[in-house]
Amino acid sequence: MGKNGRWWLIGILCLVGFAVLVCPVFAAEAPHTAEAGADAHVWWYWPVVLFFVTLVMGVLAVLAGVGGGVLFVPIISGFFPFHLDFVRGTGLLVALAGALAAGPGLLKANLASLRLAIPVAIIASACAIVGAMIGLALPTNIVQICLGGTIIGICVLMLTAKKSEFPDVPKADKLSSILRIYGVYREESTGKVIDWKVHRTPLGLVLFIMIGVMAGMFGLGAGWANVPVLNLLMGAPLKISVATSKFLLSITDTSAAWIYVNKGCVIPMMVVPSLVGIMLGSFIGVPLLKIAKPTVVRWLVICMLAFAGTKALLKGLGI
Amino acid sequence: MTEKEQTSLEAGPEQVLYANILRKGMFFGLVILFITFAIYIFGIMNPYIPLDKISDYWTMNVHDYLQHTNIKDGWGWVGMLGYGEFVNFIGIALLSGVTIICYIAIVPVLFKNDDKIFGILAVLEVIILTLAASGILAVGH
Repeated sequence: MGKNGRWWLIGILCLVGFAVLVCPVFAAEAPHTAEAGADAHVWWYWPVVLFFVTLVMGVLAVLAGVGGGVLFVPIISGFFPFHLDFVRGTGLLVALAGALAAGPGLLKANLASLRLAIPVAIIASACAIVGAMIGLALPTNIVQICLGGTIIGICVLMLTAKKSEFPDVPKADKLSSILRIYGVYREESTGKVIDWKVHRTPLGLVLFIMIGVMAGMFGLGAGWANVPVLNLLMGAPLKISVATSKFLLSITDTSAAWIYVNKGCVIPMMVVPSLVGIMLGSFIGVPLLKIAKPTVVRWLVICMLAFAGTKALLKGLGI
Repeated sequence: MTEKEQTSLEAGPEQVLYANILRKGMFFGLVILFITFAIYIFGIMNPYIPLDKISDYWTMNVHDYLQHTNIKDGWGWVGMLGYGEFVNFIGIALLSGVTIICYIAIVPVLFKNDDKIFGILAVLEVIILTLAASGILAVGH
């Protein structure tokens, strides 16, 4: 079997595993013990399922160009027995670990810009704390309804949002000039050196209030919102926007994660299998990028998110 | 390419310092997390909640979970480090705390380079993250 064929086989096996493990009909067939408490399965059943599902998520997240956090919370809260409080806490740590792993390389390559991230991070991290506090204070069904609505909104955003490789920024705004938010990077595909600057910084910062609140409230990574604001609104080149967004998550999610950790919303038996699963999935996903069809994967992810979002909405409404 | 272009293509000193600390902190945190998780699941340290009883609790909301298990929130886990599941919080705290260390490290560099605005912004970020980590901001159902 060729190298490509092997990777496809791994991908298909992962998808089959995902379907089998998540499907309640198959889940009911799993081994169980009478002493295992309210849950009929042996204690390691759900952590193992969680590992395999997050492994598939890691693969799909890389192929679809989305963060693991945005897939984790709606899917795990919709199809697993875990309470939303623990899913959000775990989701934040999963998104945080991904951002921490990517951050150093992106910073050193000068693709993630510390000068762009620092002012934005102050707003986003402070608001993520507020969002986490709101999310933990509200009744679960209300959070679930809002989560469902947000996830469906993310699907619409993924379907409609355009991207601009090198947005036209005629003139840097006053605030970004004072803060010296600009930079230079080499576009490896063309070898060209690209000078970049940003505009509409005050409006961008206002939008990060909302992004921070949502990230903290739902335990979602916020790359889905960071990138359009940095790229389309503020005019940072796409590569700078994606890299800075990923790095930014390491700061935003840190603040929200502490609120969830301090509240007790962290169960290691959920966190570690999810972390390992997502990370391994990312490793498998990167070589698959060369052969996978991004459009197909993107549609698959949008459909999965739409399904999970609808389920969260219905769950919240008690339907 | 001019010398100026070459210089500006490279990350600034504070960015490189931040990246180096972040990389080390992330590796250290992950390694600790994986080791402590192995200690937990292989029963090298006794768990506070027996492994076969965990599934009784993760369906509850966090308030009920804490009440039923008599686990303290905030930094209460530090006093329970003798149990398998709570040693995992060392790695979790390291991963959640490395960003604060990175920010603290770049503050002197920013002020030394006369980048006062960013120096102040970095100090503000340290305050925000430390406040979040402190456990003062307690809320709940």
